[in-house]
Amino acid sequence: MLNKARTGAILLALPLTAFILVTFVAPLGSMFMRSLYDPLVADIMPETLAALEEWDGTGLPAEQVYALAARELGLAREEKTIGRLATRLNRDTSGMRSVIMRSGRALKRAGDAPWSETLPDINPAWGEADIWQALVRTGARVTPIYYLNALDLTLDSDGGVVRQPEDRRIYGTLFIKTIRVSLVITLLCLAIGYPVAWLIAHSPPRMSRMLLVLVLVPFWTSLLVRTTSWIVLLQQQGVVNDLLVRVGIVADEQRLTMIHNMTGTLVAMTHVLLPFMILPIYSVMRGIPAVQMQAAMSLGANWPRAFRQVYLPQSLPGVGAGCLLVFILAIGYYITPALVGGQSGQLISNFIAYHIQTSLNWGLAAALGCVLFVAVLLLFLLYDRVLGLDRMRLGA
Amino acid sequence: MKTIKTSVLLCAAWTSTMMLSTVPVNAQEDQFITVVSWGGSYARSSVKAYHERFVEETGIQIKLDEYNGGLAQVRAQVETGNVSWDVVDMEAGDALLGCDEGLLETVDYETLPPAPDGTPATQDFLDVYDVECGAKNLVYSTVYAYNDTRFPEQKPATMADFFDLEKFPGRRGMRRAPNANLEFALVADGVPSARVYELLSTEEGIARAFRKLDTVKNQVVWWEAGAQPPQMLADGEVVMSTAYNGRIFNAWALENQPLTIVWDGQLLAFGYQVIVAGTPKLELARQFVAFATSTESLANLTRYISYGPLRHSSLALVDKHLETGIDMEPHLPNAPQNISNAVLEDPEWWADNQDEMNERFAAWLVK
Repeated sequence: MLNKARTGAILLALPLTAFILVTFVAPLGSMFMRSLYDPLVADIMPETLAALEEWDGTGLPAEQVYALAARELGLAREEKTIGRLATRLNRDTSGMRSVIMRSGRALKRAGDAPWSETLPDINPAWGEADIWQALVRTGARVTPIYYLNALDLTLDSDGGVVRQPEDRRIYGTLFIKTIRVSLVITLLCLAIGYPVAWLIAHSPPRMSRMLLVLVLVPFWTSLLVRTTSWIVLLQQQGVVNDLLVRVGIVADEQRLTMIHNMTGTLVAMTHVLLPFMILPIYSVMRGIPAVQMQAAMSLGANWPRAFRQVYLPQSLPGVGAGCLLVFILAIGYYITPALVGGQSGQLISNFIAYHIQTSLNWGLAAALGCVLFVAVLLLFLLYDRVLGLDRMRLGA
Repeated sequence: MKTIKTSVLLCAAWTSTMMLSTVPVNAQEDQFITVVSWGGSYARSSVKAYHERFVEETGIQIKLDEYNGGLAQVRAQVETGNVSWDVVDMEAGDALLGCDEGLLETVDYETLPPAPDGTPATQDFLDVYDVECGAKNLVYSTVYAYNDTRFPEQKPATMADFFDLEKFPGRRGMRRAPNANLEFALVADGVPSARVYELLSTEEGIARAFRKLDTVKNQVVWWEAGAQPPQMLADGEVVMSTAYNGRIFNAWALENQPLTIVWDGQLLAFGYQVIVAGTPKLELARQFVAFATSTESLANLTRYISYGPLRHSSLALVDKHLETGIDMEPHLPNAPQNISNAVLEDPEWWADNQDEMNERFAAWLVK
């Protein structure tokens, strides 16, 4: 009997399990693979790479290596894989793309042994150690390079880990900024959302319904509409500035800059994410009987003390849920900061999107994603340690 | 025996007439190609300029799709062998990389239609950047424009003026990308337009460009989408902004915004029609590309939007803007009076350096 019920339960959960496997675990796994496993160069130039193993890494490789490289480049051109090879090498060293593509084209027309003279004739880059070092670096199938790059590190010519040159270090700063911005937004949402949730939970039914509608209507409005409305309101010739100038608080020449900077990002994102804070807190607060506060006060506690000792602890599960929701959503948002954030509006997700859609550097995008994933996971564990996940509640 | 033969023949005749009468109708309904373009006023203009005529003349339907540039979707389609896009309107850099990676079909200029006077297509197209896989289509330009009402007396006229905060105070709009900004910075710093990429290929040149950008950095409002600059200029959020010339023209001609384009130091770039490799509708796609890049189609486009045609024979046919009657020639980026100090975009340089420049630009922004 028990077994039958159990089989039934497993069967019922089967569609969901399959769904999660296909749409969540599999893509996540394949992205994780991409961040570590990159067989592209190794597949296109296997023999050259095998021959390069005997090269000492300085000076120039032997004639035999040149001959193999010329042959495999020619093959890659015929099979149209040379473009990929060029793109991959260019990511390692800017300018390699055109060296490879031009060499491929020239090899089709001319070329004869000795290759150690022909290749440098086609392009002088072949006469320097750099291109061979780049081949060796990118030739490893399993590579830490994407994770190194995601942490502003790189490999030098000897294969040692070094920091990126200063004018190319971006991701470290961006990770910290993304987490900081998300934390500030979470706190802002909490500061605004908690009193609102209180008001909705403890107003007379009519009033409470109306307030709830006021929270939900923006929630149902398109994200882009809400974001661009803030531009209309906050820009220098916008509604708020006009009002301030007319009232005389601000001089016309000194209109406030409230959008296309961090202020804009914080205001717009706090607004966009506010419902995710209010709703869980509200649903927890609704389950707290109002008489408890009255009882506490009738037993001699003043209002602040009654609130602190009786009400607040009971509402904490909702606060936890709201904060976690807002924080995790904020960390992945990028449309809003891109539109209203101006110079400082680039967060880490903008770069992940850029590498997925535009530069097609999926390895780096995957590594950035994994680093972000681990960072969020760590914060999640910290949260569990400090506040306890089992105490989190989304409803009463 | 004879009767059998006759009846067989009759039968065959009957079937073939049935097939003749039904097949073309079906074929017309089934035949469609997917054409992918940039959306907005540009896509609307191409629909009016030549999509409609193509459908009318060939009976092949067009399914219009939109994208924002880049190769991600094309690559995904080719790699999975599930090609649903047939023809794509592409910028030079993407067409170049796509061609290198075998994602696009090569284009044979011999098969494109000749000019009305019989000049073969190989000679009729302008001698600009050649991409093996792209049929030359149009020229567009990144320029800067200013709001007329903000400068009642002296007007900005050169690229140097864009970077001159003393002479022309006020906030500037610039695209949040290194592209165009690096070129503009060097031109403003006095580098001749023909030597811009030569300089950018050196470390000092890049440093010099960033130093010039430093001088306006804290007055810049960064934009992402091409629709933003005309809006920011009209709202008074910025006094001048870099922008795509067609967008400024539309805001000025159709919405009467007081915007003026400064052509000095403009960055000319080219657009191509490409065919995705492995499309099952290769022949139809070729037919469309030939039609879309014909003299008439390219000239027709200028009746709707201010992007220049890449055929000599089309340039001669440029007339008036259909809706407003404005003479179009002076508003095309490649009009002789506009190109005196133009920079020609170098897709090869950008293909080699895009990733590195993006990183340096991002690092510079947060500095």
